[in-house]
Parts: sequence; C-alpha cells; structure tokens
Amino acid sequence: MFGYYLDLALRSLKRNRVLTALMVLAIAVGIGASMTTLTVVHLLSGDPMPGKSSVLFFPQVDPENPVTLSLHRNPWPAMDYRSAVDIWSSHRADRQAILTSSSVKVRLPDSGQPPLMLSMLSTSTDFFPMFDVPFQYGSGWSADDDASRARVAVISADLNQKLFGGANSVGRILRVRDADMRIVGVLKPWRPTPLFYDPWSQNFSKSEDVFAPFSSSLEINKGNFQAYTCWHVPPSMGNLQDADCVWVWVWAELDSPAKVRDYARFVDDYANTQKSLGRFAVGSEHARLHDLMTWLTDRGQVPDDVRLQAWLASAFLVICLFNAVGLLLAKFLRRSGEIGVRRALGASRGAIFAQCLVEAGLIGLLGGFFGWLLTLVGLWLVRRQPVDYAHLAHLDTAMFFVTFAMAIGASLIAGLIPALRASRVVPGWQLKAL
Amino acid sequence: MEIRPILTSLRKHRIPAALIVLEIALACAVLCNAVFMIGQRVADIHWPNAIDEQGISVVTVNGADPKLAVSDIPRNLVALRGIAGATAVAAATSMPLDHNGALSDFTATPNGKTTVNTSIYFLGSGGEQALGLHLLEGRFFNAEEYADSGSKDFNSTGHVVLITQSDAQRLWPGQSALGKTLYTNDTGWTVIGVVADVLAQDPRFSGPGGRYSSVFFPLHPDGVMGDYVLRSAPQDRARVVREAAQLLGKLESGAVVDGTTYADMRTDYFADTSSMVWMLVLVCVVMLAVTAFGIVGLTSFWVGQRRQQIGIRRAVGASRGHIMQYFQTENFLLSAAGVVLGTALADGINLYLMRYYEITRMPWYYLPVSAVALWAIGQLAVLGPALRAAAVPPVVATRSA
Repeated sequence: MFGYYLDLALRSLKRNRVLTALMVLAIAVGIGASMTTLTVVHLLSGDPMPGKSSVLFFPQVDPENPVTLSLHRNPWPAMDYRSAVDIWSSHRADRQAILTSSSVKVRLPDSGQPPLMLSMLSTSTDFFPMFDVPFQYGSGWSADDDASRARVAVISADLNQKLFGGANSVGRILRVRDADMRIVGVLKPWRPTPLFYDPWSQNFSKSEDVFAPFSSSLEINKGNFQAYTCWHVPPSMGNLQDADCVWVWVWAELDSPAKVRDYARFVDDYANTQKSLGRFAVGSEHARLHDLMTWLTDRGQVPDDVRLQAWLASAFLVICLFNAVGLLLAKFLRRSGEIGVRRALGASRGAIFAQCLVEAGLIGLLGGFFGWLLTLVGLWLVRRQPVDYAHLAHLDTAMFFVTFAMAIGASLIAGLIPALRASRVVPGWQLKAL
Repeated sequence: MEIRPILTSLRKHRIPAALIVLEIALACAVLCNAVFMIGQRVADIHWPNAIDEQGISVVTVNGADPKLAVSDIPRNLVALRGIAGATAVAAATSMPLDHNGALSDFTATPNGKTTVNTSIYFLGSGGEQALGLHLLEGRFFNAEEYADSGSKDFNSTGHVVLITQSDAQRLWPGQSALGKTLYTNDTGWTVIGVVADVLAQDPRFSGPGGRYSSVFFPLHPDGVMGDYVLRSAPQDRARVVREAAQLLGKLESGAVVDGTTYADMRTDYFADTSSMVWMLVLVCVVMLAVTAFGIVGLTSFWVGQRRQQIGIRRAVGASRGHIMQYFQTENFLLSAAGVVLGTALADGINLYLMRYYEITRMPWYYLPVSAVALWAIGQLAVLGPALRAAAVPPVVATRSA
C-alpha cells in the first residue's frame, strides 16, 4: 500500500509544480534557519571532555573581605593566591591542578624572528593527565619540577609549527620574557571547546601556547599577572601573591561520589576555618564544588546572541509550518473530487488519511534535503562571522539526521489537519459535482 | 463595501482563515522584536565618541623593557613626529574600545561607594591633542603637571584629572565640576577640565553606567604606557600607521609591535554586533517573504475554489473592481485580526526576553509600525490573486464547476 501511496504522492506533486515548490521551499527555509542555529547551540553547549567531565570538579571559596553580601551573592570564579595554594597543596583529590594565565613575551634566543606576545598557562604536573592533554613529542613535567621551580615548558602544536616548523623541539630553549626555559613537551593540536578550564577566557578561544610550572612561571612573569578583581588596592602591582585579589584557581579530579562528598566537606571546612580565623568574611555559604558541566552551565557558555538567534529561528520554523499547513490544505481539498471517487470505490477514511500523510512526508523529505543544503550554507555563513566560536560551526552526523527527522516530523504535523479534512470529504457530494 | 458577506464566507473556511491570521500574528510578533533588536544594536554601533576617530592611528608596543621607558619613550616620540603627515603624537596607557579595561571606582567624597566602573586613561605629554579631546570647561594639563605625575598601581601620583561630561553631571549634578575633588578611596585629584564624552575601554563590559565614565590623568614617560597615538588627516592615516609601526619595530626590536587605525579598532570592537544585525535583517526579510508567499498560496486557492461564485457575481452586475475589493477587504480583515493578536504576542515576547536577556522595554511605536508593515505586505501579496479573480469572466457562471 505504501508503494502505491508514494506513487500517488509523486503524481500529485508533479501535477502542481508551483504549489509543490512553494511548500518544499517553505519547509526548507524553516529547517535551514532553525537547524543552522540549533547546530550552533548544540555545538556550543557540548561537553569539552566527553567521558571525563563527570569526574572533574571546580572548587570555589570566597576570600572577599569585607564584603557587601547584597551586591556579592556568589563567589568569584577564582581565588586569592593563598586559598588556591592551600586547597591545591592539600592533595585531597585523586588529581589536582592549580592554574592561572598571563600574557608573556616569547622568542627563540639567537634567532632573527621578532618576539611574540602569547598567553601562558601557569599550572602544575597533574594538568596534563587530568585533562587528557595529547602530546606529539615529549611529555609534561614532574611534581619535582613543580617543587624545584624548574625552568621547563610545554608548547602548543601551533607554536611548535611557528617556531620550529613542526619538528621535534623537545630539549630546545625558549626565551620566556627574560628567562630561558627548556621545552619538555609539544602538544598535538588541542582545543577543548569551550575552553572550560580557564574561567576568564573567551569561551571559545584557543588554548594557551605556553604551559609552564606554576612555581617557576610566577617568578619569570612577575608583575604581568592580572587580577580578575581586587577588593583592596594591591600593596604593589607586581606582587599579587599577598594581595586581596582573585586570580588563581584549582581543578580537582574525583572519581567516586564518596570522594566528591569528602572533598566538598573539605572545601566547606576550609572556608569555615578561614572565616573563624578572620581571613574570610563568608564561610561555607560561599563555598562551591561544581562538576564541569554544571560549572559551564552556571557560567553561561552559550552566548546570549546565539540563544536569541535560536529562538528567532524556531519562531521562523513555526511560521513556515503554518504556511505549509495552508498550502497542503489547498492541495488536498482541490482534489476533493478524486478523493470522493476513491471513497466511493471503497477506500476507507484511514486509507485517505494515510495517503495524504505519505504525500506530506514526501514533501518533508524534499524539504529536508533542501533544508540540509541551506543549513550547510548557513553554517558556512556562521564560519565567516567574526565570532570566537566560528570555527566550530560544522554539521555533525547527529545533527544531519536531526535535520531530516525534523523536516519529515514537521511536515507530518503540518499534514495532520489537511489530511483529516481530506479524509472527511463526503463522497456523495463530490460525485454529484463531477 | 459590505463586510458581512465576507465574514459569512470566512466562517465557512475557518481553518485557512485561522492559518493566515496566526501566520500574520507570529510574523508581526517576531518582526517587532527583531526590528527592535536591530535598532538597539545599530544604536550601539553608532555610540558617539568624542575623539578624532577618523584621524587617529594607534601603534601598540608590548613587552618593551619598562626600566628603559624613561629614555625610550621620548626617543620614540621624537622619531614618530618625523613621519610626514603626523600632526600630533603622544604615548598613552590604553584607548577607548581596546578591550583592555583598567577600571576603578571614583566618587565625589572620600571612601564613597559607587557601582559605576570608570575607565582610567593615562596620557603622555600632548595626549589631549593626539586624541583630539573636546574641552568643554576648564583647561588641559600643563607641562609641569605632566612632569610630576607618575603612576603607582594604576593610580595617579599627580594631583589633577580631566573628566567626561557624563561623569561631571553624575558626580556633581547641577554644579560645575571645575575645582572639585575626585576620590578613589581617600586619594583625591582636582578636576581641572571637563571633556565631551569619550567611550570606555570596554563599554559593553562596563554597562550603561560606565559607558561614558572615563578619567584622564597626566603621566610622565613610564613603562605602563604601551600605546603610541598618532593623529593625521584621515587620508594619510593608513600610510602614517604603516610607517610608525615600521619605525617602532626597529626602535623597539625586543618588543611586539602592532599598528592599526582607530577606525579599524572601532570596526573590530563592533564586528560581532554588526554581524548579528545582518543576520537579523536576513531573517526578517526571508520571514516576510515566506509570509507573503503563504498569503499568495492560500488566496490563490480560494480564488480557484470560488471561480463559479465570482462568475455569478459578475453576471449579476459586479464590476472587476468589486471583485478585487472583495479579496482586498478580506485580506485586510484577516491582517487586522493577525496584527491585533501579533502586537499582544510581540509585547509578551518582549517581556519574556527582558527577563532572561539584556533587553530593554520595547517602545510602543514599534507595534503600530510593524502592524502597518504587515498590512502592506498582506495587500501586496493579495494583489496577484485578486487580479486573477477579477479577470474571471461572467460566463463561468453558466458552466459547472
């Protein structure tokens, strides 16, 4: 029966090409617009560490003191130096990394190349295994390197390409500001999106180019670290370590719910102890331990503009559907005579209904195909926009199937009322009119 | 024109009529909000900025040795003054719209509280002329003030300050700000001049309150100054910035040197806003086109269905004009219903968006304007089918359907 309905649908579509084209166009445009924006939202709200995001945690405490709680309802997305070091160095988690970023001048000693201003991530040894950072050459540094303030560095694939033409540069020397650092590792191209581990970054910017031990990079780039915010003017700008500023943060890996509970208690206790010592104004009320995805949601990783576009595109799709409903209605009812004959010859209401829906589904399939092409064009346009997530805009397999599912689903919904109307055609009246 | 027969006829076609009404309503609601958002963003892009935007170029020097700044900056400035076409040259710490916020709280009383983020600019000697600041009251800095003003922890060690008109009105409403003292914590500076509003370093971050909240301090050559501001005639700026970047690249061979015209800086800052504007415009245009096609499709169908009725009306004396008027009035009534529903919906969407996004209340006049727009589009869309209906000859009445 399905094959016969399909044949009928094809004949009917061919009979009125303008109307068919209008319907396919309406669905294609609606699908193209909504799929473009939905794909962007889908990509932007993606999990940067699939399989691992549930064991990565972002602890927060609130060192601001004194504080006006009515204006400051949540802790800052970073800590002061002392709290961060205390929490990190307690080693309560399976793995923990302390982090901060700064921009720094980098050049190759004894080369004619002009220096580069790059961003440097100051972190500790666990960073690399914790975030599954892939290495092209060499490896990260050791805990001893952290302790001994070793002058070692890991560089990105990009920087390795720029400075060494992609060759194995492990063992080479990099001049970072005024210090010589030995390269111990080169990363494979690595760009977690969003750049989840850095709370200040533009969400979809590149990862840093230089990674160096927290201890030694603080010495090397002293004075160039910037605070997220301060509640007292620092005694001297170069020395943030003793300042009432937040600029350092910690990530922890905790692989069982029991450990998460323990660690949360540890962070709470730390905040309460600091409050009782008079160093914090708020204790555990402003202590947090979010897992990665919760943290990203809190931070609002999908830009407002993108969400607005998605709303707009959905409204647009609904308009296109109204349109399709109207046109389908016109199409089906125009064939009332034909339907009357079929009914008179014994076709049931269900059969007419099914036949109409097959026709609607076929239009949906066609609309989906052109909608898919329009989505590709839309994503190409997004990639040309000056936004930091532009490079992400590609259609993945899941969204490819969603495009067709949505197009067919939408046209079936649109076909529902017209098909019902068509199946209620009274055969006698139509036969009389023939 | 009789409206009753139209209504009676519409009652027989409830579903298609409801579809047109809903389509117009939704289109109207989306159009209102989209146009409102476009308007707001276009206004953002055109925020005025009282510096010589067309004539300024900026060369940024990053990573120069701060210990040598005292001697290097004057040397660099002398070299830059030698560039043909450069009418004023100065060093500065940052520029409006450079994303590089140096923000602090400033109040009219010692240790006062404010939620306004004020952008801090330090200017080297001649900075007012290089930027092209518009002095409204008072005077610019003199040589002595430049010489004994330093910067410590991004606070000025000098005693004088220039403020913007917006800040003058905010801090000392109804009074002249000249001679008043501006405070951060318990440190104060005397206001010696008021300039026309200059944008913040990152006005989107600073919010509406901080958009035009900027202060200017004088500064003798200091390592914190990384921007060289050059002013020239607009037609010279591309060449001036190229030559300046080359020159500084040679003089500061250990540093990272980057030159750009201020016009490009401004375009960069608003690049994502203007791309959003274009995308909204595109959506509106396509949406209106789709709505119009929908109206054309359904009305054509009606005309086809009613050929016999039209023929009968023509046979009993209706003119072509009457037939056309019938369809136009019908569309007008449907549009009216859609537009009424649509404006209510538009207002609801606006209220919803206000709760979750940084969007303000939509001014009322957006509603009638988009209502009229949709009416016009409906009338245009119905024109074709109505003409075809008018062309139905009376003889059709005598034939069976």
